[in-house]
Amino acid sequence: MSVDILLEYLPLFAQGALVTLKISAAGIILSLLVGLVCCYVQYYRVPVLRQIAKGYIELSRNTPMLVQLFFIYFGLPKIGLSWSREVCAIAALVFLGGSYMAEAMRSGLEAVDVIQTESAVSLGMNRFQVMRFVVFPQAMAIALPAISANVVFLIKETSVVSAIALADLMYVAKDLIGNDYNTSEALFMLVVFYLLILLPVSLLASYAERRIRYAGYGA
Amino acid sequence: MTDEILLSVKDLVKSYEGTSEVLNGISLDIHKGEVVVVLGPSGCGKSTLLRCMNGLEEYQSGSITLDGEKITKNGANMTALRQRIGMVFQSYELFPHLSIQDNITLAPVQVQKVPKEQAQAEAERLLERVDLLDKRTAYPRQLSGGQKQRVAIVRALAMHPEVMLFDEVTAALDPEMVREVLDVMLTLAEQGMTMVIVTHEMNFARAVADRIVFIDGGVIVEETDPETFFEHPSTERAKQFLKTFTFEKKA
Repeated sequence: MSVDILLEYLPLFAQGALVTLKISAAGIILSLLVGLVCCYVQYYRVPVLRQIAKGYIELSRNTPMLVQLFFIYFGLPKIGLSWSREVCAIAALVFLGGSYMAEAMRSGLEAVDVIQTESAVSLGMNRFQVMRFVVFPQAMAIALPAISANVVFLIKETSVVSAIALADLMYVAKDLIGNDYNTSEALFMLVVFYLLILLPVSLLASYAERRIRYAGYGA
Repeated sequence: MTDEILLSVKDLVKSYEGTSEVLNGISLDIHKGEVVVVLGPSGCGKSTLLRCMNGLEEYQSGSITLDGEKITKNGANMTALRQRIGMVFQSYELFPHLSIQDNITLAPVQVQKVPKEQAQAEAERLLERVDLLDKRTAYPRQLSGGQKQRVAIVRALAMHPEVMLFDEVTAALDPEMVREVLDVMLTLAEQGMTMVIVTHEMNFARAVADRIVFIDGGVIVEETDPETFFEHPSTERAKQFLKTFTFEKKA
């Protein structure tokens, strides 16, 4: 393995990493929003919307992201919806991530005992205040390990978007291997860059979990 | 105690889905400043009665009114009505993610829009009254059961309710912690708070009550002053019930 080649590849991988980061960030933030909406309509048993959310969650969790991505990138233009590669990649990530986030948050909401709600209600809080100040903070602390596992999972899952020729880390590596045959260097850089992105995320997640546990749980 | 009726229950019938009636025609008037203790064997419906009084349960027929305003689970204006009724639960139900002080100030600040400093000052004043001022920055998990329950009482009081409902508030406590909670309740009663108390502490019931209401099988079986109830219960069921609290040494 040649250090010169590694150094030569560095800027290319850095650019790929930027694309991976951008898609991950947008995908995860939107996944959290979709997840929040889905778990709320299920928690509050909103008619119709609740069934739609359930259907979406099952569809999303039981199909591979590559299939979802192809459907969005190659399928949707046939009904007049054509988006850029980047938007398609983010949309596919959100389609997948939204359901995982919804399930993680739902498990958190359901873990908060109903008598906590009753005790807040008996203090005169309305439904919104009960959720905002009592149920949601506890639910998110409970769901945090599942949510952070999903974040790591979704970042790794972005490697699939290379299939629609979006120049993320995976695409850069495959491209270099195909052009230069420097397989070892390219794969080495690929692993290093994924670690550079994912290790801090994992460490931050376990730090947050510890902090929140110390901040008054297990009561 | 005055003649003014604060909380009025009329012909209350309540059943949980698919079961027979838990409450089968309860009528009860709580006067301003009165302390009513509700006694009865487990499963007799006394906790359900209390939960109905705060609109936590729906009921099938009858009515509950506070100052003439109707209390129902999903009724209009219930958040305003519930602010006037404080409730303390058996399992404390402090909010585990908030400090003691935030537990107490949350509802006054968010619901009643009391300025934060004022709510904090009030919380400190109330905590001092129950000897827990030094715990105001602690979290619920750092407190003993008796301390948590005193905080739960303070949290309800911070909303300045007109009536307080106590649902077996010492049932989950170790014996030596029961006293500190009951003392707080006795003091409240002396200060003229209107209270409805469900309890299994017979000596306390006798000391605190203006009136004892004995419920069995979803109906009020006996309703009288504590002296009469404990010394000369008039019904067989009340006698049976009281017998379970006395022990005789074996010969």
